[in-house]
Amino acid sequence: MDALYREAILDHYKYPRHKGHLDNPDVSYFDHNPFCGDEITLELKIEHGVVVEAAFDGRGCAISQASASMMTEEIIGKPLEELKGWTKDDILDLLGIEIGPVRLKCALLPLKALKAGVWGIDDSDA
Amino acid sequence: MKSIEAIRADFPILQREINGLPLAYLDNAATSQKPLAVLQAMDDYYRLRNANVHRGVHTLSEEATTLYEGARGRIARFINAPSSKQVIFTRNATEAVNLVAYSWGLDTLKPGDEVLITQMEHHANIVPWQLITERTGATLRYVPLDPQGMLRLDLLNELLTERTRLFAFVAMSNVLGTINPVAELVARAHGVGALALVDGAQSVPHLPVDVQALNCDFLVFSGHKMCGPTGSGVLYGRRELLERMPPFMGGGDMIREVRLDGSRWNTLPWKFEAGTPAIAEVIGLGAAVDYLTGLGMEWAQQREHALVRYAMEQLERVEGLRILGPGPEQRGGAVAFTLGEIHPHDTAAILDAEGIAIRAGHHCAQPIHDFYGIAASARASFYFYNTFEEIDRLVMALDKVHSVLGI
Ligand SMILES: Cc1ncc(COP(=O)(O)O)c(C=O)c1O
Repeated sequence: MDALYREAILDHYKYPRHKGHLDNPDVSYFDHNPFCGDEITLELKIEHGVVVEAAFDGRGCAISQASASMMTEEIIGKPLEELKGWTKDDILDLLGIEIGPVRLKCALLPLKALKAGVWGIDDSDA
Repeated sequence: MKSIEAIRADFPILQREINGLPLAYLDNAATSQKPLAVLQAMDDYYRLRNANVHRGVHTLSEEATTLYEGARGRIARFINAPSSKQVIFTRNATEAVNLVAYSWGLDTLKPGDEVLITQMEHHANIVPWQLITERTGATLRYVPLDPQGMLRLDLLNELLTERTRLFAFVAMSNVLGTINPVAELVARAHGVGALALVDGAQSVPHLPVDVQALNCDFLVFSGHKMCGPTGSGVLYGRRELLERMPPFMGGGDMIREVRLDGSRWNTLPWKFEAGTPAIAEVIGLGAAVDYLTGLGMEWAQQREHALVRYAMEQLERVEGLRILGPGPEQRGGAVAFTLGEIHPHDTAAILDAEGIAIRAGHHCAQPIHDFYGIAASARASFYFYNTFEEIDRLVMALDKVHSVLGI
């Protein structure tokens, strides 16, 4: 089958991890990709500058939704400082596939939401 | 009549393989493929006759001018225009709509005037009117859709009034496939004293179009969707209107006389063709029109009708598949659909792995998707060179999409 839809991606798409909502999240950010209609809401709970819980909700293509599922799994337990430095390569490493320019936007939507949501977070209680 | 195999052999790209499988090109509403005759006409121009048009007195320039103007004549005959002076070359249908909007619209529209378009327009026939009505203070109104993907013509009496200056509408929707009753809509527009602009981007490539029978004031279309090259498009206009309209762009070729204190315009059609035109592309479009005429547009329409009818029958059997738009009798060769909750991008990507090219997205017609409450759709669109086997492959591949992504 097409390398884009390798087993791990399909698994995260069909059985998304951390899909849903958190009670009283510290961060809640909605982002979407108007050209293809991918949508995600990313929610985080932060303690001492570390992501302790993460959830997402959304609709869209397998790549965007699998990327959100993989990313939420990965960021839990990570300090925000580290996550702010994440780039597209970190997401592509998670997905484990090569993506052409058109689908790249889908793959990076969750990271975009993370960065936009985290930016401006008052994590002074850390 | 040529066999389909022989017709397909005219299109070099149709021999291509994608991911090790024969290409099934089902994205013709986006752009069509080009036959050898078109490629050769452009190649011949560049190899043997390349020169600027309307300028030199040398042999090459005369040959180039003859070819360029010859193409205009062939295109005029193709749409049955009374005169080739009424055929203006643009880059594409979009530029042709903009030409009318900026020349006729800016000059004519005033606060209180209305421009009527429809909810099934391509963005090319929406955005220019949004821009121009905003600048002139005129009002833009829309004919809504019904759930079958047909225009709500029952509302036309209210929407088309003595305030309407222009009714601009698509002859065939690039998403819903809907074929609108063009001649009837033109007559309704004229009935209230409005002009009628027809977006023929999807109709001119796919069915016989006769501007005199339709009686439209303007018709726009793109060469690249009808076997011609990109960069070639056409505005047809009624003679008196074109004569009265001010130029759209200024520059060389569109003037008769330039003095420092003012200029006089060239006659039609050159008044609207500023600067060096897309000479090779127009020559290519002339060859495309010859090719289509050779096949016969009636034949092309019937062939596509048979393909669409078969495709719709087969697609309806795919689990969860919902076709947007009317049944095969009221539509042309574009079939947009959704597949349950599966995102169209995933559908198109998995089909691509099977060598099948379809489009996924909003197809430059967001208002239609808003109407159905969806962000995007997948679309298979046919041309006369497509085959029933390609449709079978499409349906089998869609079943595969289910087995890969089905939740
Ligand atoms: C109905 C319709 N109108 C206008 C256009 C615009 O054509 P172009 O992009 O060649 O200007 C298209 C192309 O997709 C179309 O399908």
